Amino acid sequence: MKETSTIVKTISRCVVGFIFLYGLYIVCYGHLTPGGGFTGGVILASAFVLEMLAWGKEEALKSLPFRLAKPFDSAGALAFLVLGLLGLLLGGDFFVNVIQKAYPGKPFSLFNAGIIPLCNIAIAIKVCASLFLVILVLSVLRVAAGGGTEDDLTTQEEE
Amino acid sequence: MHYFLCLLLLMVGLFGALTQKNLIKIILSVAIIEHAVNTFLIMVGYRHDGTAPIVDRAQVAGSSFASGAVDPLPQAMVLTAIVISLGVLALMVAVAMRLYHTYGTYDITEIRKLRG
Amino acid sequence: MINLLTLVLIFMIIGAIISIWTTDLLSAIIAVGAVGFGSSVVFLLLRAPDVALAPVVVEVLMLVILIRATVGRDVHTIGSAREIFGLSVAAVLVLLLLAFAVHAIGGLPEFGEPVMARVADAPASYYLENGLSQTGSANIVTAVLLDFRGYDTLGEATVLFGAILGAMTLLRRKSRTDKPRQE
Repeated sequence: MKETSTIVKTISRCVVGFIFLYGLYIVCYGHLTPGGGFTGGVILASAFVLEMLAWGKEEALKSLPFRLAKPFDSAGALAFLVLGLLGLLLGGDFFVNVIQKAYPGKPFSLFNAGIIPLCNIAIAIKVCASLFLVILVLSVLRVAAGGGTEDDLTTQEEE
Repeated sequence: MHYFLCLLLLMVGLFGALTQKNLIKIILSVAIIEHAVNTFLIMVGYRHDGTAPIVDRAQVAGSSFASGAVDPLPQAMVLTAIVISLGVLALMVAVAMRLYHTYGTYDITEIRKLRG
Repeated sequence: MINLLTLVLIFMIIGAIISIWTTDLLSAIIAVGAVGFGSSVVFLLLRAPDVALAPVVVEVLMLVILIRATVGRDVHTIGSAREIFGLSVAAVLVLLLLAFAVHAIGGLPEFGEPVMARVADAPASYYLENGLSQTGSANIVTAVLLDFRGYDTLGEATVLFGAILGAMTLLRRKSRTDKPRQE
């Protein structure tokens, strides 16, 4: 199995944390600055994908295990739906911003938009987990089709 | 002028999707079409010398903000559409890889016979 | 008339033509990536920083997915296009469609003049005026996305869920039955 070079590994280990932090920032401040759940979720997923490309599948699976990623995928979508249903139950309409209606905070603060940050977090979890799963599964298929154990982007003869 | 260039991009993608034989090339053409449509939708909402639809702390939302900002509605729709396009691209690649697994090629003229 | 926006759009068109013209799949994929980054710049020039963030990251992941599909496969033997008849039919169709599209552009408002400037009570101007006070979200795009139009976002999340589910199902089934790796 061909290893990625030491430079790539070291730099990616330094950078992954910052990418993850930036993704969290984009998600949490999505209602104040540019960004939001979709963009932040893709950035979070790209942090895991970078880890997978540089260190191999096993290392990435240590930080986000497969049996954890699959429930996250469903839980994010479900949490978003539940937040919508909460508006139906308490406010009378689907997706009523019940928390903001009850406790209107002052503008430009982090906790003033009611369910919007919560929705952002739910969407981010969903997008992150699902994109990570897809790229992971693409690499798994490569093992099955090629019969080798190669699982990063370095080229390998098919069959 | 700008609309026309955008449509030209869409036509290039459409031409590729109609004429290419390679499955991956067809997927790439669909991606080009997606980029063209997204750009067009954002263009429809643009206002000359407009500001981004984000309320600044200095100018609390008022009539000056509402009459000076670009249209937020297409932006919201395009933002989701971009991520959706990534998911759909993954689905297309999955189908293509499954076809490759069965037939051993990406050439769509070779993929004729129905095999299990 | 030649400004930055026009230049970036021409750059995108050139990238698209290259990606369709070339026979090398890897350079085609990278050219499409260039088109995506160009669209990100266009979004930034059109005052859409929300949307401009997304393609940068999405393009990178798209590149990873597509390279995963092409690396190590026998991809250089496929000719670039079909026979002359299909090619000409496609060209005629595309040109016809382009003519219709150019005609349709005449019905649109001028570039730089959105619909909400023309219609008195357009929903977009309502969102801009009342977005902050009704949802508390300073970013009006997020307010539209998650509050005013939550239904749409739920639908898009469902589409994403379905697409990912389909991709996972397609790719996983064979890897279990073909080769039981675990036991």
